[in-house]
Amino acid sequence: MHDMVKEAANFINLDVMTVAYLFIVGFVGGLVSGFIGSGGAFVLTPAMMSLGVPGLVAVASNMCHKFPKALIGALKRAKYGQVDVKLGIVLGISAEAGVLYGAQIQENIKKNFGDAGSNLYVSAAFVVILAIVGSFVLLDAWKTYKSGNTNEEEKLTKLARRVQSINIPGTMVYFKSLNAKVSVLFTIPLGFATGMLAATIAVGGFIGVPSMIYVLGAPSLMASATELVIAFVMGLGGSLKYAMHGLVDIRLAMIILAGSLFGIQLGAIGTTYVKPHMIKVVMGLIMVIVLFSRALMVPVYLSQLGLIQTLSDALTKTLKNVSFGIMIFALVLGAFIVLKAMWQGRRVERLQHAGAALEHGKV
Amino acid sequence: MKKDGGEMSEKKKKPYAGMTLMGIISVGMYAALLLNQDFLNNYFGHGGAYAFLLVATAFAFSFVHGSFTGHFWTVLGVEAAKKKREVK
Repeated sequence: MHDMVKEAANFINLDVMTVAYLFIVGFVGGLVSGFIGSGGAFVLTPAMMSLGVPGLVAVASNMCHKFPKALIGALKRAKYGQVDVKLGIVLGISAEAGVLYGAQIQENIKKNFGDAGSNLYVSAAFVVILAIVGSFVLLDAWKTYKSGNTNEEEKLTKLARRVQSINIPGTMVYFKSLNAKVSVLFTIPLGFATGMLAATIAVGGFIGVPSMIYVLGAPSLMASATELVIAFVMGLGGSLKYAMHGLVDIRLAMIILAGSLFGIQLGAIGTTYVKPHMIKVVMGLIMVIVLFSRALMVPVYLSQLGLIQTLSDALTKTLKNVSFGIMIFALVLGAFIVLKAMWQGRRVERLQHAGAALEHGKV
Repeated sequence: MKKDGGEMSEKKKKPYAGMTLMGIISVGMYAALLLNQDFLNNYFGHGGAYAFLLVATAFAFSFVHGSFTGHFWTVLGVEAAKKKREVK
């Protein structure tokens, strides 16, 4: 850990451009998080690293901006009746355990296989999980859109019906988002997996939100809002852990927070204007695009580990840049869809308002 | 957006005072943070019990800046849909 502290002493110098860059990335990340409950972190950490911030300090500082952001987002969405605090806390605590376990695995991999091994593990987790979960979420959103039932209440999946029907005495807890009792023996592994993913790829929500929707049976809007509670619990624990080792750069964390609090408020407002399947559209799209971004990096790490022919420096650099570019594109596209949906929702509301006023005038 | 804002002001007053107050405090806190970078990094870089101070700082920023950004969008007229899509 002494090495880490030494590394932390390497806090970068901030200039106006750096501050503006972090503020903007924070804003876009916050906007997406406010809407789908997570996201942003997968761009923020590499964005900080591209400025010369050491990897661990970037992860720690990202974590420290995440929990206050999630808190504000959760409070805002609670006003709209979208948050299930109990489910968030139950999942959040088990996620915390998942984070600790996931971090331990990361450390062991790093010790045995070095940075390239650890990066390969992270990329492989990205690719496998995002391919399975991302395409499933996107396909589900597409089916809802095609069926024309976007206004109808979301139906429970078969799996969720089954999970809700199993009664294990002494472990049953009522959750308002599910309007049913579910055994905590089901929620604990889901929370744990969310935490493990958060420790590995920084975005636990890519498992947390789909599992709340498809496994437990929560509506999309409530699942994405409740994820903010999980992110808060996980982020707070993680930040304390990193801060105790002196790894958090408070300036970076607070500058990103400055932008992301503008974003998260807007993203949360956006959820009141859209149909529930839009949460799945944005989440699924981001997951699938990020998947391609990470897949591009796999050959780089394989080559660093000597498992394939060594790639030229120019090719490595190009792959890195393209991968980072695609990730930024995923985030910007997500933000664009949120803003567009919100804009359209507001226009419809204004037209209805004008129509009602006209009607009222006639009477 | 202006049109919306106009409609809103008839119903309830916009939080100009709250936004200004929180905005000033927020700017002050950020100025203090950026002007004392070395001092802060030196302390928080020690780790240990300073972690609690660091987390408390993050909470303070989120409270002040969060209130400011909330008021900011309200003043601009960007608010939640009137007919809330509450989930049962």
